[in-house]
Amino acid sequence: MPVTGYELTHLQMLEAEAIHIFREVAAEFERPALLFSGGKDSIVMLRVAEKAFWPAKLPFPLLHIDTGHNFDEVLAFRDRRATELGARLVVGSVQAAIDGGELTEDTRPGASRNQLQTPVLLDSITDNRFDAVFGGARRDEEKARAKERVYSFRDEFGQWDPKNQRPELWSLYNGRHRPGEHIRVFPLSNWTELDIWRYIAQERLEIPSIYYAHSRETFERDGMLLAVTPLTQPRVGEAVVPRQVRYRTVGDITCTGAVESTAATVDEVIAEVAATRITERGATRADDRVSEAAMEDRKREGYF
Amino acid sequence: MAELLRVATAGSVDDGKSTLIGRLLYDTKSLFTDQLAAVERTSRERGDGYVDLALLTDGLRAEREQGITIDVAYRYFATPRRTFILADTPGHVQYTRNMVTGASTADLALLLVDARKGIVEQTRRHAFLASLLRVPHLVLCVNKMDLVDFDREVFEKIKEDFRRFAAKLEIVDVATIPVSALTGDNVVSRSPSTPWYDGSSLLHHLEELHIASDRNLIDVRFPVQWVVRPRSEELHDYRGYAGQVAGGVIKPGDDVIVLPSGLTSRVAGIDTYDGPVDEAFPPMSVIVRLEDDLDVSRGDMIARPNNQPTVGQDLHLMVSWMVDAPLRRRARVGIKHTTRSVRAMVTDVSYRVDIDTLHRDETVDSLGLNDIGRIALRTTSPLCYDPYRRNRNTGSVLLIDEVSGTTLGAGMIL
Repeated sequence: MPVTGYELTHLQMLEAEAIHIFREVAAEFERPALLFSGGKDSIVMLRVAEKAFWPAKLPFPLLHIDTGHNFDEVLAFRDRRATELGARLVVGSVQAAIDGGELTEDTRPGASRNQLQTPVLLDSITDNRFDAVFGGARRDEEKARAKERVYSFRDEFGQWDPKNQRPELWSLYNGRHRPGEHIRVFPLSNWTELDIWRYIAQERLEIPSIYYAHSRETFERDGMLLAVTPLTQPRVGEAVVPRQVRYRTVGDITCTGAVESTAATVDEVIAEVAATRITERGATRADDRVSEAAMEDRKREGYF
Repeated sequence: MAELLRVATAGSVDDGKSTLIGRLLYDTKSLFTDQLAAVERTSRERGDGYVDLALLTDGLRAEREQGITIDVAYRYFATPRRTFILADTPGHVQYTRNMVTGASTADLALLLVDARKGIVEQTRRHAFLASLLRVPHLVLCVNKMDLVDFDREVFEKIKEDFRRFAAKLEIVDVATIPVSALTGDNVVSRSPSTPWYDGSSLLHHLEELHIASDRNLIDVRFPVQWVVRPRSEELHDYRGYAGQVAGGVIKPGDDVIVLPSGLTSRVAGIDTYDGPVDEAFPPMSVIVRLEDDLDVSRGDMIARPNNQPTVGQDLHLMVSWMVDAPLRRRARVGIKHTTRSVRAMVTDVSYRVDIDTLHRDETVDSLGLNDIGRIALRTTSPLCYDPYRRNRNTGSVLLIDEVSGTTLGAGMIL
C-alpha cells in the first residue's frame, strides 16, 4: 500500500507495533516459543514473526498443545507451515498425558478437553524451560482479555493475577522475571477480528479450509451449531441437518461451534465479519459460556 | 483510510462517560448483541435501574462483585474513515497511575464535564496529566447540554474557564464540543439543538483529526533493537540493525553517527520483509544497513552527525510513582530507556506537584503512590536521550525494581 505524507494505514501501524514486540522479546529472553495452533490468529501472528526476523529464520520454536481432538485439516496445515519456515515444532500432547496416567479425562457428556490443555501447556513450558510464550490472543475477544497486558506475567504455577499487573507505558516493555516464572506475550493485543481478516487478505495468507463456508452435517445444542464427528454425536431429540457453515474460531472440536455462512472467500468473510452483530466467542465457544467469568477463571489457572 | 487513533479517556460514572462511550460504540455498530444482552442481564440481576455499559469491559470477578473498574480497559471501534483504540481508565483512587498509563500512548485525551457543574477538580487533574504526558490533542465534551436547555451561555462560560486553566499547561490543541451523550446530540452528527455551535460533532472530529505531524519527523533517532545476522549460505555477509524508528525520516545515503560510541557511517539501505524502502519514519519497524562494518549492538542509537540526542548519565525527570513503597533519595533502581537497560541512583527528590492546584511542594523528600514529582538520577552508563517534550519515544523511561522486577514508575525526561 502506498505511503504518502508520512502516514501509515492502521494495519501497518498494528504490524509495526507487533514486530517491535517480537524483537523486544527475542532480545531480552533466553528461551521464547510461539504458540501455534493453526488457527487464524496464530497464522497471522506467525507471519508477523516471520517479518520481524527476516531475512533470518525464527529465533525460537513453535509450540502446539494438541488436545487430540483437533480438526485434521488444522494439524496438516500446522505441520506444513512449520516445514516451510524451517522452524522446530514442539508438541505437547493431551492424549499422551491421558495415556500416561498424568491426566484423568472427564468423560461426562458435554465435557471437553479444553481444561486439560492448561496442565499440558504448563508442563511443556517447564520441560522446555521456556521463559516467554507468544500467544495470538486479542483484547477484543473477551472481557478478561480486555484487561490483559501485552506482557502477561505468570508465576511459577503459570497463574495470572489480574489485580496485580504491571502498568504498561509507551512501547517500553518490562520483561523482568525470576527463574521458574515466565511471561505470555500477546503481540496482536490491539488487533480486532476484522483486522485479522483484512491482514489475511492483504498478505494472501492461507488458512485452514474450515474457516470458509462448506457443507456439513450439523445439529443444534445450547444455541450452538455443532458438526457431527466421531467426538460430537447428536443426542436423542437433536436433529441432524446439512448446513452451509464456517468456523469463526478453531479450537477443540467438542466445544467449537460453526456459524451458518455462505462466505467462501476472504473478501466475503470480511464483508460478513464487518456486518456481524455477535462476537466470535459468543457465537461459537461453549468453553466461554460456562459463566460470565469463565475465561478469567481458566486464565488464572494458566490458560491463555 | 486515516491512521489509527489512540484515545485516552478517564472519569467517574456520573459524568456520563460510560453513556458517551456506549453511544460511540453503539452508533458505530461496534457493540455486539451478545455483549449488550449480557450487560442487560447483569444490570437487571443486580437491580440497576439502567444498563451499566461499564460492564462491557468490567469482566473481572472482583470488578463485577464490587461494581468498580480495576484497570485500564481497551475498547476498539471503527468507522469507514478510521480505526480507534480507546483506553478507558476509572476515575477512582488508582486513577493517576492508570490515567498516566492510558495517556502514555494516546494521540488524544477525551475529557467530560457536566454542563450543570462546569470545570471541577477532576477536569483539572485530567487536563494536567494529559499535558504532562504530552498528549497532542484534547477534546473537552461539555455533556448533559440537554439538562441546561442547550444554553449557549453555559457552554461559552465553561469553554472560557477551561481555556484560562489550560493556558497554564502545555496543551497544543483543544476542541470544546457541546454534547448530550444520553440523547446523542453532537456525538455522531451535528445537532439541530445547537445552531450556535459551528464546530464538528465528536465522532467527526475524531475521524478528521490529523495526527501524522504530531510525531517528530525532524530528529533522526533509531534505537537499535536487534542485530540481524542470518549466517546462512546465501546471506553470509548480511548485517543489519532492526528497530522501530523513534524520530525523524531516515533515507539511504544519509550520513549517520552511532551513539554512544560516536562512530560514523552512511545508510546503505533500509530493508523490510516486503522489500527495501526509500525512507523510514515513526512508527515503522525496519532494518537499517550501514556502509561500514561497525561494532553496533542493541541499546545503541543511530542519529545524524549534525543532530544528535544528549548522551549523558545525569537525568532530570518528572516521574509518576506507581507503588506503595516511597521513592527516596539514594534509592537504586533499574531503568529501561528505548532499547537500553541500565541501573541508576536517585540523587535528588526536588518537589512534588499537587495535581489539583499545580502547586510545587519543595519540602518533600520522597514521593508516594500516585504522586507526581521531579527527581534527578545518575545512571551507571550513558543514555542517548531527548527531552520528553521534544520526543515521547526518546524522552521516556521506566523505573524498575531490581529485585522484584516490578515497574515502579514512569519518567519523563526534562
